[in-house]
This record gives sequence, structure tokens and C-alpha cells, in this order.
Amino acid sequence: MAKDDLDEFDVDITKCMHCGACVGSCPVNAIYLNEVVLEFNDNCNMCKRCIKVCPVGAIKIAGGR
Amino acid sequence: MPEYDVVVVGAGPAGSMTAKWAAKGGAKVLMIEKRQEIGSPVRCGEGISRSWLDSVGIKLDAKSVAWQVKGAKIVSPNGTKFTLSEKMAGNEVGLVLDRVFFDKLLARDAVKAGADLQLKVSAVGLLRSGNKVTGVKVRSFGETKDIKCGCVVGADGYESQVGRWADINTSLAPRDITSCFQYRLTNIDIDYDYCEFILGAKAPGGYIWIFPKNQDTANVGLGIQLTKLKDPAEVKKYLDKYIQGDPRLKKGKALEMVSGAVSICAPIDKTVADGVLLVGDSARQIDPITGGGIANSCKAAKIAGEVLAKAVKERNFSEKSLQRYEKGWRDILENGLYRNWMAKEKLVTLSDDTLNKVINTLNEVGVEKMSAFAILKAIEKRHPDLVKDFQEFL
Repeated sequence: MAKDDLDEFDVDITKCMHCGACVGSCPVNAIYLNEVVLEFNDNCNMCKRCIKVCPVGAIKIAGGR
Repeated sequence: MPEYDVVVVGAGPAGSMTAKWAAKGGAKVLMIEKRQEIGSPVRCGEGISRSWLDSVGIKLDAKSVAWQVKGAKIVSPNGTKFTLSEKMAGNEVGLVLDRVFFDKLLARDAVKAGADLQLKVSAVGLLRSGNKVTGVKVRSFGETKDIKCGCVVGADGYESQVGRWADINTSLAPRDITSCFQYRLTNIDIDYDYCEFILGAKAPGGYIWIFPKNQDTANVGLGIQLTKLKDPAEVKKYLDKYIQGDPRLKKGKALEMVSGAVSICAPIDKTVADGVLLVGDSARQIDPITGGGIANSCKAAKIAGEVLAKAVKERNFSEKSLQRYEKGWRDILENGLYRNWMAKEKLVTLSDDTLNKVINTLNEVGVEKMSAFAILKAIEKRHPDLVKDFQEFL
């Protein structure tokens, strides 16, 4: 996917508990919690599993797609 | 000459136990932890059995144990309880930990054994020369540096990166992932002598747990299988709904919130590579039925540490050398993990109606021991139809 699409992923830092549920569930290793802050890279294939697994709903796609 | 023989990434129970047993055996060990405090934030229900602690050399101190219980209650969807007393359950139930202290206790044991320990150091990649892993790249307080070593241990938990960097397949299918949320609730009115496991559609494909921390406080949480989730933030909503509907918990206030995910998969194919070894959650060694990982992690970690100490003496961190760990942990854990994964695959399909019948039957026939096998055997005696899908276990 294009790097631009990644900008559409939106992590609500007021909701994120930094638990790593999305990181360990990502099938393509596109999310990192290396320094306790979530980062996405361009491996992302928009499977949206991270959105589903997040216990508090902190990840969404901008524009509500 | 590398600075360290072994660098352990992650200072949870798996990391500290690996570091301790490797250092005890003469290895020069560094353990790094990305967080600013060991044991915090807690990501755990904290209930464990006590039967295995001696075998891995853990001597609990007073602060590490928050509470001791007499047994466990399994609760059916209609609210019927089946009680496993301490006598029936043997050593299988018993302790609710305080992970903030427990994890530090294990880290202290590692340091006492000779391991070096650094906090707020994040692993960000592996160092390689050709195919061989020669160390780990870390970042700490804005600076990046290389640490050379013979073997990198991935004890980096559910979100493990070390395994992925080493091309070890740790990826999980959605049905093998449980999404969890927990409150530490105070001002509640529970039977504090028992850990409770509540089954059924209130926590689809998982369960609700109530693990007492003292007379009026407990870890109240739930896990739901990822395939059973539809909307974002549903896990927290399921828990809030349950708490509101349970008169014992309704007035409770949260002292702490915990979220996380747990693997409930079959054993993965491979946990070692040239110069890399995975242990604990990162090696997917969690019990697929209970979601409990501390006991398995510590058992595997002791073996890992002992194998690493030997590998240091032989100066051989090849995959072949580390196979002794692969074989060692599989000898004690693999069959149980596989059996429980198969059982989990069946359990998640049971309707509330069937679960009610199962708990009723358990109350009628009783169970000698707390194991999936003993429970299925007991049910088979009275109602073979309820366990017909589980024939391969019996």
C-alpha cells in the first residue's frame, strides 16, 4: 500500500493503553511499540485486525472507513 | 570480543528466569527492559497455581503474594457454581500475585545470579553478519547503539519483535487471539476465598475472571476470542455490561485498568534460530484454555537458561546447539499445549445451554482434579452426549 494511506490510521492517544495487543496481532509486523508509543510502517496491508483487537477502540481509520 | 554472551530482551518472568539460570551457569548476561519500571504496568489477571514454583527455584516473598485462595469456582451461564476445593484441586489453585513485586523479585534473582540489568532500553533490531545474529540494536534516551552478544533471547511478550526479526514465525490466526480487559475493582462484595471463572456468551470464546486481591478488591476481567468480536472497543463494553449486571460488583470502583491480548494457539513450529531463542509469551507458550502463561514461561525459561549456559561454555550459539532448549521445553509442555488448544477449539463452540448442563453434571458427579481431561472424564460418566465432540481426548 502507499505510504499516504498510512496517514489514515489514527491512534487516539487518550484511549491507547500501550498494551501491545495490536502489535502482537498484526500479521505483517506493521506496528511497533518499541519505545512505548505506537508506530506504523508501510508493511501495512489494511487488514484492520488492529482495529478489532484493540480492547479500548483506540485505533481507527480517519474518515471513518 | 562481544560484550555479553547473552542479551535478554524483556524483564518479565520469562526474561528474568532465563537471565537467572544462564547467569547461574556462568554466562555473561544483560537483560534489557523498555519500560521504566519492572512489573508495571501490569498486564495480567495475576492468578497462579503454586505447584510448580519449587521446581523452577522461585521462593516467593510476602509482597509478591497479594492473596491466597482456597479453591476455584467455575460458573455456568445461568449462574450455577461448581466449586473446586483446595483438596480437590491439589496444588493447582491458590495464589493471586502482585506482579509489580513478583516481577521485581524475579529480576532481583537474576541480578543476584550475576546478570546485568538496564531499564528504558528498547531493542529496535538484530545485528547480523551474514545469516548469523551477532547482537542487538537498542535505543535508550534518544541514543541508538549496538550491543554485541552470542545469543539474543526474545522474552518480549505478546508483541514480540525479536522472533519476527529472526524470521521465526510467531504470527497468530484470529481464532488464536484473545482480546482482554480488566479492572482492579474495589468496594465489591465477593467470596474472597475463591477465584471465579464465569463461562458463556457474556465472554464469547473466553471467560470472565474474578481473582481476589483482598477482602473487598479483585481483578475482574475478561477475554474474548478475536473472531467473536465485531465492533471496536467491544471488549471493554462486554466487561462494563457484566459488572453492571452482577450485584456483587456493581458498586465497585476501578483502582487500575489493564488491557492486552493473549495467544491461545497450538505450539509454534520453531522457537530457536542461529543466535536467537524465544521464551514465554513471545514463544507462544501460553495455556490455550486458561490464557495463563507464567508457569509455562518460567518452566521453559529455566531450560533456556541452562541450555544457554552450556552454549556459552561450548562457544556455540548455532540453531543446532539451541535445539536442546527446543527439545527440552517441548518435552515438558508441548503435549499439554496441543491438547488444550484442541480442547479450546471445541469449548468455544459450546452453547450456553450445553455449558449449563456441563456445570450441572460436574456438580452431580464431582471431579478429582482440575484438568480439562479430568473434567471431561467426569462428564462422560453421566452424560456421554455432552462430550461426544471431545472423544479424541478421552
